[in-house]
Amino acid sequence: MALDTRALGRTFEPHTYAVGREKIREFARAVGESDALYLDLDAARAAGHRDLVAPPMFAVVYCSTAIEQALFEPEVGIDFAMLVHGGQEFEWGPLVVAGDEITTLVSVSDIHERVGMAFYGFASRSTNQRGELVCSGTWTQIVRPRP
Amino acid sequence: MSVLEAGDELAQLRVTPDRYVTVRYAGASGDFNPIHLDDEFARSVGLPGRILHGLYTMALLARAQTEALGGPGHLRRLSVQFRGIAVPEQEIVISSTVKERAGDRLIVSATAVQQDKAIIRGASVELEL
Repeated sequence: MALDTRALGRTFEPHTYAVGREKIREFARAVGESDALYLDLDAARAAGHRDLVAPPMFAVVYCSTAIEQALFEPEVGIDFAMLVHGGQEFEWGPLVVAGDEITTLVSVSDIHERVGMAFYGFASRSTNQRGELVCSGTWTQIVRPRP
Repeated sequence: MSVLEAGDELAQLRVTPDRYVTVRYAGASGDFNPIHLDDEFARSVGLPGRILHGLYTMALLARAQTEALGGPGHLRRLSVQFRGIAVPEQEIVISSTVKERAGDRLIVSATAVQQDKAIIRGASVELEL
């Protein structure tokens, strides 16, 4: 069956995520971070930040609702049981701190078939409340054929 | 840090994720895919058991860079391909080599290896000194 590429280029509703201190701490601890900028408010402020700093990979958290919306869209047609995360790229702008509101816009940047597998690319752009681009991401998902 | 040049190695990061790391990462990230949480489910889809989240391993790789350079503001870009499955309770080693230096920008190539297998190979990193 030919791969359905109708969703290519489609853009989804933006989603805004409010960054909280305790979520930053929870994420930092889950990945074993010990930098005081992520954990200690006084240390973050002493270093010139307005609040606790989010580790760069916290992008996964503020993008998640916007990305899931695209992944689960029926028109995209991903077979979840066969899904593997193939690759990930992030490029970061200014640091994100607790109290920021990050708005993420996701679009379908690629759908193609290779060696019997379907490749889906999603592009995300996340901006803070001042309109600064804090992170752009490329999410590559691979759907293996059912046996 | 300003002495870093092409060919230099950044400090290695060695982490042995504990048995419940995938549970904490699921909660922290919001990714509750059962292949990371449920051994029985994971085996039913052909995996050896619960596997680590790829983005958790990527976070270790990011942490290796920011710890080596001295803070999150140094990491400008990170691109990885997930190449193999990683499991809890086995050591992961992150190694990073400077490929190129242009002014205050470094291009670094990094790998994540577990049980002699690359789980992330040829990750491309851009750092700002």
